[in-house]
Amino acid sequence: MTGLTLTDEILAITLIWGFVFIYAVMGSMDFGAGFWSMIYINRKKTNATNIANRYLSPTWEVSNVFIVALVVAIYSMFPRAAYSLGTILLVPGSLILLLLAIRSAFLVFSHTAEKYKRHLVYVSGISGIIIPALLMAVLPISQGGYVIEVDGRESLSLARLFTSPNVYAFMAFAISSSLFLSSLLLADYSKTSDDMRAYDVYKRDAIITGPLSLISAFFIMFTLEREASWIFSEMMKNVPLLIASAICFLLAGIALIIPGKKGTRGIPRVAVVIAIVQYLLASYVYGQAHLPYIVYPNVTIQSGFTDPNSFRAVFIVYVVGFAILFPGFYYFWSLFMKNKSLQQSEE
Amino acid sequence: MTVSDLVIARAMFGTTMAFHIIFATLGIGIPFMILISELLFLKTKDQDFSIMAKRWTKAKGVLLGIAIPSGTIAGVSLSLLWPGFMEVIGRVMALPFQIEIYAFFIEALFLSIYVYAYDRISAKARIISLTLVTFGALASGVLISNVHAFESTPAGFRVENGHIVDVDPWAAFFNPSFYVTAGHVALTALMTGAFVMGATAAYKMLRNSPGSRSYKFHSKALVMSLVTGGIIALLSSLNGHASAQHLHEYQPEKLAAAEGLFETQSHAPLLIGGTVDPDTQEVKWGIEIPWALSFLAGNSFDTVVRGLNEFPREHWPPLFVHTMFNGMVGIGMYTLLIAVLGVFWIKFLKKEAVPKWLLWAVTLSGPLSVLAIEFGWILACTGRQPWTIYHVLSTADSVTSQTNLGTLYMLFVLVYLLLGVAVIAVLYYYFKRHPLMNDLSNQTDGDDKNYTVH
Ligand code: HDD
Ligand code: HEM
Ligand code: HEM
Repeated sequence: MTGLTLTDEILAITLIWGFVFIYAVMGSMDFGAGFWSMIYINRKKTNATNIANRYLSPTWEVSNVFIVALVVAIYSMFPRAAYSLGTILLVPGSLILLLLAIRSAFLVFSHTAEKYKRHLVYVSGISGIIIPALLMAVLPISQGGYVIEVDGRESLSLARLFTSPNVYAFMAFAISSSLFLSSLLLADYSKTSDDMRAYDVYKRDAIITGPLSLISAFFIMFTLEREASWIFSEMMKNVPLLIASAICFLLAGIALIIPGKKGTRGIPRVAVVIAIVQYLLASYVYGQAHLPYIVYPNVTIQSGFTDPNSFRAVFIVYVVGFAILFPGFYYFWSLFMKNKSLQQSEE
Repeated sequence: MTVSDLVIARAMFGTTMAFHIIFATLGIGIPFMILISELLFLKTKDQDFSIMAKRWTKAKGVLLGIAIPSGTIAGVSLSLLWPGFMEVIGRVMALPFQIEIYAFFIEALFLSIYVYAYDRISAKARIISLTLVTFGALASGVLISNVHAFESTPAGFRVENGHIVDVDPWAAFFNPSFYVTAGHVALTALMTGAFVMGATAAYKMLRNSPGSRSYKFHSKALVMSLVTGGIIALLSSLNGHASAQHLHEYQPEKLAAAEGLFETQSHAPLLIGGTVDPDTQEVKWGIEIPWALSFLAGNSFDTVVRGLNEFPREHWPPLFVHTMFNGMVGIGMYTLLIAVLGVFWIKFLKKEAVPKWLLWAVTLSGPLSVLAIEFGWILACTGRQPWTIYHVLSTADSVTSQTNLGTLYMLFVLVYLLLGVAVIAVLYYYFKRHPLMNDLSNQTDGDDKNYTVH
């Protein structure tokens, strides 16, 4: 889409892409952390579960606000697209909502009902890790080919959806990326809290799940070429960025094994940042190739766009709102993420 | 689209909202009561208020586990079930949703700070955090209710040949119902928080003998709740009266259905109770107070109140909203009475032991307030039928074109049942394992921390 000027539509879709990206990262870390806290619940020797919980307890709520923000952004900036998406996503959307409800509730309950902690953690861990897979399935749906028309009504063909290798590739990518990003983050988090046992556990997990996510990314490209060649060929116009993304992946891996301070191996903070850059590049290429379609081939960013007056008001509210909220985010972050002594005082 | 799919969609959305509103209202009311406890603690230095705040915070944390996902369901279902409606809202009335996101952020950020950093921040920072939590929750309630206000009194756009033109998003935001609705929703949520807290205290007093340490503790909570609740209940009913006058002006069909009035007339009677029968055009078994409705609607007996017969029958809302209206107003009066009686008994008669019947009556006021919230919303939403946007967009034109919603509806109901039972069980077991006596005897116990580290 070279040659596009910065129109309101482009501004709006960029904002939405930004929300998708933020939620993809925060959500991955959130759901992944829930999964790890389940996996390590029986390991008495490491603190891995506690590390995961300590990250999760104050953050799941904030991550949840981002998915709400994303949905709201879509219906306020592209109401026509929201109409189509709302119609075709009724079934998968409802399933996501139900899983999300079960997951969040049981996550909270597991901190309160000590006696049933184990069961509750299992329910929230498992339901949580399915959610990214279902959310990610929205991407192939938006690429077209799964919507059929019956009696003049559009609806989603679940049969087609669940027999498509491309859909499974996206799902595999979602799950492996959640595990990869969350283990990286938790490795960093453990290291900041000087919990080297947990650090080793999460570093190992990142080294295992990272390559899995890369393999599924290749699998996406491979199936994309056959199932949605229009977007594949657009993406191929940006091969350098895709290669850069793959290089970032390698660099993140290297950052995990090079010697760090105090005789430990790996500098996880650097690995987290590089991995995020890796995802940023890849999702930029995907997002750009997707334009101008929101739902291929019927809804484009132009046809789906809201009223210009409305957009202007909404946009101003975004800018003002984030300016006001920024100090709050900073205070939050410094209380829970940065301050080492505070993290430890919880032991 | 068959009729039954429309009915299922309505039932589905109504169920989701009825479920969410319980937790959303408590999500506004409880932090407000925690804030009052913290303020009283700061003022009196009485440790009991601090313990009260901590215990209610724990409850709030658990309720949040349902409030947030059910709200997320509500927000997304709007698009899934009513895509036609949300297309219009997206064009014209996106601002409240947008601003609400910030209210959520404020609430989520500062609640996490209050809960998880309780022991690390100063008393002042705690009060500020709680004020912001209450503000965030109130703001989100008010903002989302403003979408409902817009549905009743749409403004800020015109429809020309089926297209929406001349959009003025701020005029839509400040639609004629904004202030009345915001005030009523905010006040009733705060009052519900107070009565739910008071009800818990009263119930606990029934379980403990007068003079015991626990009895004294709960009796402080009771006074605090009844004073707060009573004042706000009074304001709520005054403002509810303004809501009704507002209906008289803007949505006469709804008022007529709520009051069971068929003929347009001055000196209209007020009918309380009974059932509205559309065939005989009368309210069966109702109590009639002559002229009162005219006076309530327009402050004068000469006010002409429009009756249902003035409107085409297919525009009549379901007539059972009369019962919802009576229920809501009745409960408002009841809570007011109970608050006055309770405060009179404890503060003015200076009796330590409160009679059992009064404690039971207060216990009842908690669930009743929640019920009044449900009644109010059913009156407001069902009373708007057959429109989603009054005289602009019908419910039938808003609904999704998908069919076979029955299975999904069943799934949602099952999950709500599961979560509803689970949340009660979790609260019950938590407070059973952490009885008040533990907190009272060991006031520095860090047990209320939210991570279990073992
Ligand atoms: C504790 C809850 C509670 C109590 C005691 C009352 N209300 Fe209420 N009422 C609500 C809770 C509520 C509510 C849930 O907040 C509603 C639903 C929609 C809204 O805007 O507020 C509502 C709506 C609502 C409406 C409809 C507004 C509309 O359709 O948009 C009217 C006319 C009244 N109320 C009037 C009253 C009166 C005259 C009361 C006298 C005591 C009263 N309410 C007490
Ligand atoms: C939280 C408390 C609420 C409750 C308990 C509630 C209840 C209901 C019920 C029972 C219905 C079905 C009406 C019927 O078909 O008879 C309904 C419909 C609806 N409500 Fe509400 N509602 C609430 C809040 C809201 C708010 C805040 C909005 C605006 C954002 C809203 C918008 C709608 C819409 C769009 C419908 C569907 C179309 C219709 O039936 O008119 N509701 N609600
Ligand atoms: C159609 C109507 C509604 C929608 C779409 C909706 C949406 C939501 C969403 C998405 C959340 C979760 C936010 C988060 O992730 O933190 C939420 C929570 C909340 N909602 Fe609703 N809501 C509706 C009706 C209402 C009403 C009528 C009220 C109040 C009168 C209300 C008050 C709240 C409050 C206070 C919370 C925060 C809960 C807590 O923190 O305890 N909502 N709502």
